[in-house]
Amino acid sequence: MKERNLDINVHHVTRVEGHGTIYVNVRKGIIEKCEWNISEAPRFFEAMVVGRNWRELHHITSRICGICSIGHTLASLRATEAAMGITISEQDLKLRKLALHAENMQSHVLHLGFLVLPDLLGVGSVIPVASSNPEEVKTVLRVHRLANEMSNLLCGRTTHPQRLIPGGFSKIPSMKELAELRERLQASVPDLLKVAELFKSLASKLPDFTRETEFIGLTKPDEYALYDGNLGSTDTGTAPVTEYLSFTNEYIVPWSTAKRAKHTRDSYMVGALARFNLNYDKLSPLAKKTAELFGLKPVCHNPFMNNIAQLVETVHSVEDSIRLINELEAAGLQPQPDYNNPPIKVKAGRGIGAVEVPRGILFHDYTYNEKGVCTKANCIIPTNQNHGNIELDMKALLPKILDKKEKEIELSLEMLVRAYDPCISCSTHCVKVNFV
Amino acid sequence: MAKPKVAFFDFAGCEGDQLQVANLEEELLTLLGQVEVVAFREVMKEQSDNYDIAFIEGSCTRLQDEERLKQIRKKAKLVVAIGSCATIGGINSLRNDKDLDDVRKTVYGEDARLFDSYAARPIDAVIPVDAYVHGCPITKDEFLSVVKSLLLGKKPDIPTYPVCVECKKNENVCAFERGQYCVGPVTRAGCNSCCVNEGTICWGCRGLVDNPNENSEKEVLIKYGLTVDDAINKFKLYFGWQERKR
Repeated sequence: MKERNLDINVHHVTRVEGHGTIYVNVRKGIIEKCEWNISEAPRFFEAMVVGRNWRELHHITSRICGICSIGHTLASLRATEAAMGITISEQDLKLRKLALHAENMQSHVLHLGFLVLPDLLGVGSVIPVASSNPEEVKTVLRVHRLANEMSNLLCGRTTHPQRLIPGGFSKIPSMKELAELRERLQASVPDLLKVAELFKSLASKLPDFTRETEFIGLTKPDEYALYDGNLGSTDTGTAPVTEYLSFTNEYIVPWSTAKRAKHTRDSYMVGALARFNLNYDKLSPLAKKTAELFGLKPVCHNPFMNNIAQLVETVHSVEDSIRLINELEAAGLQPQPDYNNPPIKVKAGRGIGAVEVPRGILFHDYTYNEKGVCTKANCIIPTNQNHGNIELDMKALLPKILDKKEKEIELSLEMLVRAYDPCISCSTHCVKVNFV
Repeated sequence: MAKPKVAFFDFAGCEGDQLQVANLEEELLTLLGQVEVVAFREVMKEQSDNYDIAFIEGSCTRLQDEERLKQIRKKAKLVVAIGSCATIGGINSLRNDKDLDDVRKTVYGEDARLFDSYAARPIDAVIPVDAYVHGCPITKDEFLSVVKSLLLGKKPDIPTYPVCVECKKNENVCAFERGQYCVGPVTRAGCNSCCVNEGTICWGCRGLVDNPNENSEKEVLIKYGLTVDDAINKFKLYFGWQERKR
């Protein structure tokens, strides 16, 4: 151990969205370097939207990320709507919550089934898993397809939604379509339980590692907050969303194109595990049961359990979507005109939209002039908020596994990064491990 | 016959196009019977430099990207650009008419010098491209149809008429008649007017059609109430690089 020299350089960590690198240098058993470095090409969205019309902002900022495009669109719309004092109907609110559930399900299932499962089975991708575990892969694909079809139904398509517009929806599904969706959601529960059993059988492969940190996310007294709510922290309690900058405190490190964030400690974590830790009580009954299956309880400080929190949230999204459709049905779905384009009185102002997307809390903050032209924008993406926490976790994990083989160390560090489900084109891209 | 080896690469973009490929689901498994995927960082760990077809998503935005693109061109028999960022520069080119130093400072403040960048451009501004899958995002159907053509050694069939042709066929009420502004008349078809079908407008994501009548389109936009600046802005959303080239 004392003589150990190690150079790990996992350039462009795979099975994550974007380009990141893990660098590790160990000399004679002493860790000289342990870095999480983002090399994604910066895209400058905050500058791109300046000078653009309020009707385009959600269309442009949706393109920040293909995987969370519904979440970006919703955060963007909420910022524009807050800036101009636009309110949406109770019905549209429920339909938007359904759209967000669809994206969370889609993203979580893709991450668990395609990106995490191969690690737990000791292979490089889902392709060999399709041969070794065909039934399980088909089950994952069925749930994934349902989530995508749900996005299609609510948003027009799965990536870069078309129907979500300022003030509501350009087009909405019929009650018949929603009722069919409800039936399919109900029918998907056994599939989800199968997926849960599969992960349960592999859960021992998730490292037993904890490092205390702060968790930040939206929180609400009456529901598992995703679409709206107050800011919540496991360290400091709640605050209004307008105070978000005092939570995020972004800073730049020279070795990475992605900004980082810190609040009361050196870093904090956002995402499924943060939401679980903050809002456990509001989970649906079956979601709580799923958590029990894994012995997952708040507050959990093992970042690898973020994978399991995603599974729990997927179950919650299915159950909560069924509840929302029941409520829409009970209230009677109000039809709206074709090519609906709600009349909006343009005015100058600043608005902040905070939405929980698959990887954590997302902020869009816009300022418009009296013509509705954007003059200033700030977008703080979940993965950027996690980068600092990822690096500190790596630094805490590495000494504990330094006696293992290089390949095992590399895999553990990659699994750690992957557990955060980083989405680096949002932030910019991510992962490379350098052992020295 | 050995299966053709295919690889996916991404530059500045949102990876939404590769996501459409991952979203093929059961069809992806069928496709995998016809080709061997040797690099697809978003979904697999293994990577190989030995490939026949390279699918490239995203725009070229840095000098260091050019070297990587040239390497890909050297190795691949066919290079296919997928998605607006790769085919026409896409949303990324929105920043091109701004002072890039200002753009960097807007986002990164005093540390801007750390982040190298130049005007965003499509892949064919750097290396020759053999085929295009347009759209933001691409559609699964068009992706599969282009792949099929390439596997059969045929030239993919890409429409050379504007979105309006498809939109009329779909019996949509014209956006202009609804008091909205649309660039469907100059945008390449092939999307089946999907955004108008969903109740909105054509934003232009598939790029300018061959021989577009841009002046006439701008006149129409102005006739229906846009200012000259707004009309020009409307074109910049997706056509920034193409217009600059023309």
